[in-house]
Amino acid sequence: MSSATSARITRRPDDRLVAGVCSGVARAFDVDVWVVRAAAVALALAGGAGLIAYAAAWALMPAGPPGGQHPPRATGGARDRRGPETGEALAIGAIVLGVVLAVRATGLWFDDAVVWPVALAGAGLAVIWRQASDEQRHSLAGIVGSLDVRSRRAALARVVLGTALVVGGVSAFLAANNAFSAVREAVLASAGIVGGLALISGPWWLRLGRDLARERRQRIRSEERAELAAHLHDSVLQTLALIQRTADDPKAVVAMARKQERELRNWLYGHKPAATDGPARLGPALAAVAEEVEGLHGARIEVVTVGDCALDDRLVALVAAAREAMVNAAKWAGVGEVSVYSEVRDGEVSVFVRDWGRGFDLATVGDGHHGLRESVQARMARQGGTADVRTAPGEGTEIVLRVPRVPR
Amino acid sequence: MTVRLFLVDDHQMFRAGVRAELGGSVEVVGEAGDVDEAVTGIVSSQPDVVLLDVHLPGGGGQSVIERVTTQAPDVRFLALSVSDAADDVIGVIRAGARGYVTKTISGPELAAAIDRVAEGDAVFSPRLAGFVLDAFTAPSPSADPEVDLLTSREQEVLRLIARGYPYKAVARELSISARTVETHVSSVLHKLQLSNRHELSRWAAERRLI
Repeated sequence: MSSATSARITRRPDDRLVAGVCSGVARAFDVDVWVVRAAAVALALAGGAGLIAYAAAWALMPAGPPGGQHPPRATGGARDRRGPETGEALAIGAIVLGVVLAVRATGLWFDDAVVWPVALAGAGLAVIWRQASDEQRHSLAGIVGSLDVRSRRAALARVVLGTALVVGGVSAFLAANNAFSAVREAVLASAGIVGGLALISGPWWLRLGRDLARERRQRIRSEERAELAAHLHDSVLQTLALIQRTADDPKAVVAMARKQERELRNWLYGHKPAATDGPARLGPALAAVAEEVEGLHGARIEVVTVGDCALDDRLVALVAAAREAMVNAAKWAGVGEVSVYSEVRDGEVSVFVRDWGRGFDLATVGDGHHGLRESVQARMARQGGTADVRTAPGEGTEIVLRVPRVPR
Repeated sequence: MTVRLFLVDDHQMFRAGVRAELGGSVEVVGEAGDVDEAVTGIVSSQPDVVLLDVHLPGGGGQSVIERVTTQAPDVRFLALSVSDAADDVIGVIRAGARGYVTKTISGPELAAAIDRVAEGDAVFSPRLAGFVLDAFTAPSPSADPEVDLLTSREQEVLRLIARGYPYKAVARELSISARTVETHVSSVLHKLQLSNRHELSRWAAERRLI
């Protein structure tokens, strides 16, 4: 077989009786697979030449991609089988038997008492190792570690069967060579020694295992403690020190305490702090903006979100407008309390920014409210949304922002 | 007549702070720092209202309510928490609390909330209203139409509360009486406690992606 051909011919593990050699060859030369198989059997009967050729091909031909329209099942590395596995096993067994008989016929023969047990043990090993798929062959654990229970049970059964064959083979070898009684004594003696050692050192081993587990637990705990301490030191302790130094400025103290409370709460209850490029969802984005405005203007902003969705350009603009509305409320309302409510429903996203402060007369918007007109209303209009302001002197202010949702 | 109040919180400092803030508006008849202490204290003092921390050593606020209801059926609970976790809050409400406020609430607001609970009404903070809207507007496979649907009026009331409207302002906005607002809120609370949505809190917790 020239290398050029062998490069083209690949085994077909997905379409095989034994190893996919015949179907690989059949596909490469575009003939019916059964013709190739018949030829292989005929060659095998002709003094075993076919068997050797087959074995060589099996070893040399790379396993090709499955050529059928059936994609291979993902079963934890187990190969896709077309026929029952017993068929494969029988075929392998028949081949081994054929090889052995062929070699025996040629007279290259040690002794029945040697060869048959070795063959038996070899068959056992083959059963065990053939079970492991190509990428799993390096670990015995891979054999038993298949994905689903059924195949794991089958694998286990195979391992047991294979082991039994190997043990049987070894025992047969020993029995046939009259070494069995000596072996039995040796086995008994070593079992006695091992048992004695286990009894003597058992407590020590147990203690060692317990000590190791305890040490590991302690290490984990101390690592956690260290992390906690580091976090508290960077945040809470710093803030407390700052508060002591600015005790004469109650507003600053309140702002610091609030900021710290929020940070600590986020840390404790596992809300991940916003990523550097900003949160990707509306709820967290609004919360982050509210937090920022609280920090800047010392107002208390409560954010309630019902429903949530991913941010797109429109919603980024909506969040920016909401931020402006929060700043306005924090600066002008004079009460220091702002409620923000957002909801996602019926193809629309709306955000309500409410304060119960002094309110103002819309007709006489002062210089201070330019932000409202430019930042909020113009920005919303550009996004195809709206910004409504509801306010009156003494009534507080509510800014309602709406944008239609782009269906994704 | 002043409301007889029992304080349950595992932070001594917080209990002292609440006592100081509420001043003369209520009569504090006892306080406790864990579940067992709370149960015995509440049963023996029979207060009007229990201000109950959601997070307590020994089983949390929920177990206090569950263990007290048989022996002190007239006691009303107002839950209080630093946590914003929906399942904590909804869990304690489903156990029977008549309302929920956050620990950052101001003294006068807390006093008002306690009075309201004492009168048998429900206290919905904006956050609780948001949780409920979130939980009840999510499609549910196990919906029980009897209790699982909020009427449109109830939804309107809840949305206004979530927007930060006090009950009076909600009444003005919807042109109904403050009493009617109370009725709607109590009815929502009732549905919340009866709903067979076992996963209500999970729904509220995991904001759904619409």
